[in-house]
Amino acid sequence: MIPLLGLVGGVLVGLLWGPDVPLFLQPYLPIAVIAALDAVFGAVRAVLDGIFNDKVFVISFLANVVVAAFIVFLGDQLGVGAQLSTGVVVVLGVRIFSNVASIRRHLFGA
Amino acid sequence: MSEQPQSSAWSRLLRMARPRATRANALAALLALGLGFAIAAQVQQTDQSGLEQLREDELVRILDDISQEQNRLANDTRALEVTRDRLVSGADSSEEALKAAQDRLDTLGILTGTRPATGPGIVITIADPGQKVTAALLLDALQELRDAGAEAVQIGDVRVVADTWFADTDGGVQVSGETVRSPYVIKAIGDSATMASAMDIPGGVSESVRSQGATSTVDQQQSVARGQR
Repeated sequence: MIPLLGLVGGVLVGLLWGPDVPLFLQPYLPIAVIAALDAVFGAVRAVLDGIFNDKVFVISFLANVVVAAFIVFLGDQLGVGAQLSTGVVVVLGVRIFSNVASIRRHLFGA
Repeated sequence: MSEQPQSSAWSRLLRMARPRATRANALAALLALGLGFAIAAQVQQTDQSGLEQLREDELVRILDDISQEQNRLANDTRALEVTRDRLVSGADSSEEALKAAQDRLDTLGILTGTRPATGPGIVITIADPGQKVTAALLLDALQELRDAGAEAVQIGDVRVVADTWFADTDGGVQVSGETVRSPYVIKAIGDSATMASAMDIPGGVSESVRSQGATSTVDQQQSVARGQR
């Protein structure tokens, strides 16, 4: 409940404050957000599987964000940033969908 | 049977959702706060959709385009400044302006056929007793002449201008509504040597005319005069 409130609060703060994304973060933030969402859905699934662990969630969240940003950074350095970003988004999207499917089976039995 | 795992799943979810004052829970809340903040910031950033959103190669391309445009405009500016300086600094500026305008009027008048034109050029005479010369052939001849740098062309008594048209008709060819009959006399002003050789190239106008059983003669002249339209 508290993390959910945190999420909503963060969105509200972001909307009200309306900050500019710093230049050096701009290529990485979208991918990092997707990676974090993947971690969040993975955490909800873990809760329902009964294997949720706070420490695992925090570490997986941070690791996802850092690795996703690093992959995009590496892609930009290699000159394939756009393609690699697409690839990362596709992979994370597939993971999010499979997590959501598992959550759905747990909650609705379908 | 199917009810049991569902209710346990919901209850597990509720149990986890209960506020727990652990450090990990607080950390998770902090991360969620950051995630929400990042989402909102990114959405607003995307909405702005300025140049900041573009990648490096796209920016380079845009910069190139702008540089080229700038060079072109700078050239235009220089040319116009030269013209302006000439107009301003001319001993009698109004006379200079009048001369420039008159030159322009002459050029445009010759191009549109509203003024008589005189100059070196060629006279092509096509004798066509069999009446085989078609509008298409005359049009080809005209295009050849223009490609060879003809500045002004007259077919029969008709000055050729931008909206001149050709049509086949009995015993001749209509040029802009006026019937022109054999022998067709085409006068063209321009570089006479270039135009004459353009008429004689293999597969060119002279050869086409010969293949139709007609004869053509090309006459280079120092001064060809054509009347106005």
